[in-house]
Amino acid sequence: MKLGIIKYGLGNIGSVFQSLKFVGYTPIIIEDPLEIKNVDKFIFPGVGNFTRAKNILDKFGWTDEILNATINLQKPILGICLGMQLLAEWGYEGLLENNNTKTKGLGLIKGEVVNLKNIDCRERIPHMGWNTVMWSYSPPLLSGIPSNTDFYFVHTYVFMPEKKVEIIAKANYSVPVTAVVNKGNIWGTQFHPEKSSKAGLRIIKNFLELI
Amino acid sequence: MLKKRIIPTLLYKDLGLVKGRKFKNLRKVGPVLPAIKVYNSREVDELIFFDIAASDNNSFVDYDTISEFSKFCFVPLTIGGGIDSIEKVKKLLEIGADKISINSAAYGNPNLVEQIANQFGSQCVVSSVDVKKVNNKWTCFSNSGTKNKDICPIIWCKRLEDLGAGEILITSIDKDGTNQGYDLELIQEITSEVKIPVIASGGAGKYDDMYKALELSGASAVAAASIFHFTEMTPNEAKLFLESKGIPIRKNWTLLKT
Repeated sequence: MKLGIIKYGLGNIGSVFQSLKFVGYTPIIIEDPLEIKNVDKFIFPGVGNFTRAKNILDKFGWTDEILNATINLQKPILGICLGMQLLAEWGYEGLLENNNTKTKGLGLIKGEVVNLKNIDCRERIPHMGWNTVMWSYSPPLLSGIPSNTDFYFVHTYVFMPEKKVEIIAKANYSVPVTAVVNKGNIWGTQFHPEKSSKAGLRIIKNFLELI
Repeated sequence: MLKKRIIPTLLYKDLGLVKGRKFKNLRKVGPVLPAIKVYNSREVDELIFFDIAASDNNSFVDYDTISEFSKFCFVPLTIGGGIDSIEKVKKLLEIGADKISINSAAYGNPNLVEQIANQFGSQCVVSSVDVKKVNNKWTCFSNSGTKNKDICPIIWCKRLEDLGAGEILITSIDKDGTNQGYDLELIQEITSEVKIPVIASGGAGKYDDMYKALELSGASAVAAASIFHFTEMTPNEAKLFLESKGIPIRKNWTLLKT
């Protein structure tokens, strides 16, 4: 089994790499879309802007290869933070302030990524810090971790999947925040497991060993 | 519910950790790596690491060192000190930093904050603001408190928010290292003027000081150095105290399990 980390230029690759090393596995850093074929599953990290990230994915050929690997070859993918948001069909985070045009995401999970401000979040934005994550059914990714564990979030936009069944876990920030999504081989966490201390490392280990 | 964060601050100079009083009279604390390992094993909420000599020496703690720290740090790590370009930010995020703190460089080049926010997202920009009272008026200082920037911190913090900063770390130089408590008035002014999270820094001497900054002044997090370096007080004990006072804090997973 080989696990890779997608390095497309936006992402805290270092932290994700170290977290895998810590649980005893040296991942392959994928710097060329064509190398995705060399791994069995991959982590898709990301920090930054939705539209900027998607432009890079399109421009350098990542989009086609990720879609091929996940849809045709059914390879498991774990999107983290912006990486999870990019799994969506649409994102409203444009390159310019107040730009309301929407950008097409990877479309692996139906739904939109919207600004917390636009769904009447009354708290300070960004949503930054440790927040309780709740789930009722525990998929392999969350194996061994009790519901109501705190994870580290840092984001301004939230993923609102169309199908509720694809929301595995939620947090609350005066509005519901999608924390974990899953559809078949597609997985995503809005929080940063690689920075969520021991509980987060367990998620990394679960993705490595159980999925 | 979002938790209030307790953040140990690590100040780095001459290859080791230091801590001063009012940004002066630095005392050696010890080597960095063991401190990071201990804080990580105790599951602190977050860590802030500043190379405090960087802006003056036009130097920067080398990337290999930061990379080494990140191998042992599985909680969010903010790196600051002498960061004055997009290239440095990119490199730091690649090797294990999660957030970047900008302080001195922002005064001369405010657009840097905007550029970093645009490229890497607001969430990784922590704007650090050092404040001292001059003629009884709060004033911003850069370069580890040595250069008076002659600007009101409230105005400056609002500007930083508009430029795209994701968080403000506000440090009272007058209170720093004194253990007399945070400058509650200053913190309150900032938290009521900006909508982004604010980290209170400078002056923590007891757990109740943290309570006051979080509860009375509206801070989202409290940073502290001296009390963790020079006393028996710990972030975990601070959390237990705060919890007893009704402040939402993160429970360590290890604690939850036992």
